[in-house]
Amino acid sequence: MLIAQFLYGGAGLVLFTLGLWSFLVHEPLLRKIIALNVTGAGVFHVLIAIAYRGDAAPPDPVPHALVLTGIVVAVSATALALMLGARLQDADEEDQTP
Amino acid sequence: MSDAALTHPLVLCIALPLLGAMLVTALPRWSVRLGILAAVATAAAAVALAATVWQQGTLHLMLGGWDRQLAIALRADGIATALVLMANLVALGISVYASGYFHDRVRVRSFWPLWLLLWAGLNGLFLAGDLFNLYVMLELLGIAAAALGALTGNRDAVAANLRYLLVGLLGSISYLLGVALLYTAYGTLDLGLLAAGIADSPQLLAVNAAAMTLMVAGLALKAALFPLHFWLPPAHANAPAPVSAALSALVVKAVFYLILRLWLDLFWPITGMAAAMLPALLGAVAIVWGSWRALRAERLKLLAAYSTVAQIGYLFLFLPLLAATPPGPARDDLLAALLLMAVTHGFAKAGFFLAAGLVQTNAGHDRIDDLGGTAQRLPATTFAIALSGSALIGLPPSGSFIGKWLLMQSAIATGQWWWVIVVTTGSLLASAYVFRVLSRAFGLEPTPMRFITDARAEVPALTLALVSVAVLGLASGPVWTLLGLSAAGVGA
Repeated sequence: MLIAQFLYGGAGLVLFTLGLWSFLVHEPLLRKIIALNVTGAGVFHVLIAIAYRGDAAPPDPVPHALVLTGIVVAVSATALALMLGARLQDADEEDQTP
Repeated sequence: MSDAALTHPLVLCIALPLLGAMLVTALPRWSVRLGILAAVATAAAAVALAATVWQQGTLHLMLGGWDRQLAIALRADGIATALVLMANLVALGISVYASGYFHDRVRVRSFWPLWLLLWAGLNGLFLAGDLFNLYVMLELLGIAAAALGALTGNRDAVAANLRYLLVGLLGSISYLLGVALLYTAYGTLDLGLLAAGIADSPQLLAVNAAAMTLMVAGLALKAALFPLHFWLPPAHANAPAPVSAALSALVVKAVFYLILRLWLDLFWPITGMAAAMLPALLGAVAIVWGSWRALRAERLKLLAAYSTVAQIGYLFLFLPLLAATPPGPARDDLLAALLLMAVTHGFAKAGFFLAAGLVQTNAGHDRIDDLGGTAQRLPATTFAIALSGSALIGLPPSGSFIGKWLLMQSAIATGQWWWVIVVTTGSLLASAYVFRVLSRAFGLEPTPMRFITDARAEVPALTLALVSVAVLGLASGPVWTLLGLSAAGVGA
């Protein structure tokens, strides 16, 4: 099962790197927001992987609590970013139709 | 324990602004009155906290009586207390100013809940004792700050603060990955336990170094360390004046505080001279580049924003000096100088932004070249700009004069003389940009009849500027006392 833990944690690091790359490279707002969420999902993967303490013991609850809080933060931040993005788009459309 | 804990000043500093934020959301008609009430109560709690730390030394509190692995840990040592006191007094001044600044009903009702949430995030960040609560407070701060910055609703402000939000999120995710690595290695999030763990396990250097890089790099992005400062000038310059003051004086400072905490408490065993040089070099470039851009800025608020980029640079110069100074009175002096610079800049920059906001409302613009006659129309405001400007330069008797003096003294004592050149250049450029504003502000109009034209807005700006120049410079002794308390409490 240790291999599964490494695979899961490693996949988390890969997701983090992919998200980071996509955030830095792509211009459109929606892609940046999705990239940030992928980056966050990568960190959550790592946290879930480190909660594993062997088949006999129950998983460590602290990293799970961190992931839950992290998801709440990510959802609210995404909502605010989308709202600001929508406001920006409205302002641009007003500019184009005088 | 739990009964006593509820009224503990450590708890009140975070609970009161949160409670206030809920109240102003529930009763929007009363938002200004309730907001001011919450502001006064929070500032009073911060003063009570400072008085308690003054008497009893470093405070620790585990909420709900849980053990150290699970509880939400709060703690206040000398460094945290000095910054909490500064942040809360500045925030009180900003609140008074803001109570008369917004007229549009929608803005008033959006401002107060977000502002009190931001305030709770600030106090939480200064007082949190474990890495995860620091993360939550960091996010609360970042989200509230971006929403407040976009409050004017014009295109530039929304675009700049959307960028600020995204950049800030990236910074905190990077920080969180660092937290995950540390938890993997040590199985705890408590700052004290982690510090002991890192000191005891030099064999885990790779994990420690990776976690430090992720956390410090993410936070440097949020603290706007050159070249990661690109988001700051537009975001701070386009926000409403009270929000600009809070963002520049407090939010950036709080993130720097977190970097300092991690650097000194957690990663001290692995942050040698080589590691400290990189942020200090970037800080040096920030001083010169930020001051230069401030000198070339066309608008008053943009000038103030670039000046913040430079002032953050000064704080990073202290890292290699601290690394080269063994524990003792010389190191305490350096830490006190660092705190004095941070606190003085907090007061001065808030005063500057509030005054700049008055100039903008009064003249309808803040183009520096067209400010002629401001000194005659708004004498108290111009005086506030001059006072806070002299604290930004570091003229005596401001707190930053003492800070810069000790910084240069230590640079020479530790053989790092090159920082003296950087500090001198930065101060010269700062005098140039401050006097450029002042020279434009005077016109040929007749002398004024009244010094103060709008008390609710001018008195906070003037008071904050006065504190940065007179109080902090002439009575800086308490900073040393507070630091002495925290030095005594290190073993606790």
